[in-house]
Amino acid sequence: MSAMLQLRDVSVEYGDKIVLERINLDIEDGAFVSIIGPSGAGKSSLLRVVLGQEAPTGGRILLDGQPLKPECEPDRGVVFQRYSVFPHLTVLGNTLFGFECARAPLTARLFGNRRKAAIAEAEEMLHAVGLGDSLHLYPAQMSGGMQQRLAIAQALIKRPRILLLDEPFGALDPGIRADMHKLITRLWNDYALTVIMVTHDLKEAFGLATRVLTLDKRRHDPHAPDRYGATVVFDLPLDRKRGGGSELNSESIVDGAVIDPPGITIDKTCNI
Amino acid sequence: MRWINRRIGRSNSVLMGLMPIILLLIVYLIIAADRNAINPSEKILPLPNAMVDAMRALVFEKDALSGEYLFWSDTLASLRRLGLGLAISTLSALFVGLMLGILPPVRATFGMLVTGIAIIPPIALLPILFIVFGLGETAKVALIVIGIAPFMMRDIAGHIGSLPREQIVKAQTLGASTWQLILRVAVPQAMPRLIEAVRLSLGPAWVFLISAEAIAAEVGLGYRIFLVRRYLAMDVIIPYVAWIALLAAVIDLFLVWISRSAFGWAHGSNR
Repeated sequence: MSAMLQLRDVSVEYGDKIVLERINLDIEDGAFVSIIGPSGAGKSSLLRVVLGQEAPTGGRILLDGQPLKPECEPDRGVVFQRYSVFPHLTVLGNTLFGFECARAPLTARLFGNRRKAAIAEAEEMLHAVGLGDSLHLYPAQMSGGMQQRLAIAQALIKRPRILLLDEPFGALDPGIRADMHKLITRLWNDYALTVIMVTHDLKEAFGLATRVLTLDKRRHDPHAPDRYGATVVFDLPLDRKRGGGSELNSESIVDGAVIDPPGITIDKTCNI
Repeated sequence: MRWINRRIGRSNSVLMGLMPIILLLIVYLIIAADRNAINPSEKILPLPNAMVDAMRALVFEKDALSGEYLFWSDTLASLRRLGLGLAISTLSALFVGLMLGILPPVRATFGMLVTGIAIIPPIALLPILFIVFGLGETAKVALIVIGIAPFMMRDIAGHIGSLPREQIVKAQTLGASTWQLILRVAVPQAMPRLIEAVRLSLGPAWVFLISAEAIAAEVGLGYRIFLVRRYLAMDVIIPYVAWIALLAAVIDLFLVWISRSAFGWAHGSNR
């Protein structure tokens, strides 16, 4: 059986600047993939092409064997670091939006019993992310952590095949971030999600994921820094089973540097 | 304590705000009384009782010629023109602004045209409007629309164009079509900005209204003050100007109230 998401020789170029080159990836159903790498290594570009926000310059992306349209579709949900909730809608309104788009093409609003049914579903999802008591707040009245919970609930309502997270917890306090890690792990278990997360935080990347990808440039020409693009230099499968402990495995990190913990096999063949 | 750090309480700030206004009034009264003492038929700086006498005829008595209460028919005519001009401008600004702001093909096609029209000084177009629409109501309303609509269109287009890309992408991942995105994401977020644009355009709108009325009209606040100017009738002009200022202030407060009560989310406070 082939993988759910397949990238074949995907490259992204902006004019002369080559950001990503020859990315080949297979992502299995139910995986939790973290993407790390230095700034400017194309982590977000990779996320954008999978999301469909941008078309890759070259190569193919297949989702369930079908080529991906270069447009955002409800089969791929997303949570950005900021601005991914609508400021003019309440918590409930933000969550209902996905239902309203699907069930009322013309008015994008539901009325009567259909609205009640949608509200019940939305409330269930909001309880799952811990916003059950904040249904009628506006995003401006909530903390950053609550806004991110809302953004996650809003995305999950559509039951996406893949949930894409672009540094979702980057702007949060450490304490809140730990809560959010527990939340996303629980949701990943409960809803059998497939997650791709871009992050700067190594501890987060290793703690949450079942697989960590490192993007970086294999070759670097100091006279033409944009000549070579980044690709996957490390692909580390972690032995973290669905339903496993939700605590971060912090022993694997010493002062931010990665040592080889048990269960991680670093693919040294693709080293520089 | 530095002056920039001085905080003024609410009641104090009302008192302090009233002070210069009262001071100006007193200075006016002193100078006016002085001139009236020298010349009993003084026209340039009339005393309040002279203004009341002059206005009484316009407000409470029917005009012998037209059989109308001139003050009220002037007010009604001007407000109708202003209201019509503002309504047409607001609706077209919402429509054009949204299309320009959110649909790249529309922006590419019409963006330059709207910018170009916005650069033309509207008063310079007034002769053309008079030639095309005649001297009736249409030309006056058209002047207001041409004067303020392009600015409002550009403002709304700019605001919608600068909505975070993340929001637009998120809406699409939630299954929104272009139409649904305009209806549920762009329009609601354009509304508070639109009201703000109307408020900012209110001043220019009055300028264009009074200009148009001054040049060719039979009734209207601007028409009246330019008519009685021939007789140096400051006792009518000053109350009329005060009345225009009051109307403008009331419309402005009304718009603020609408924005706060209907779009509380945009004002960072609880509904």
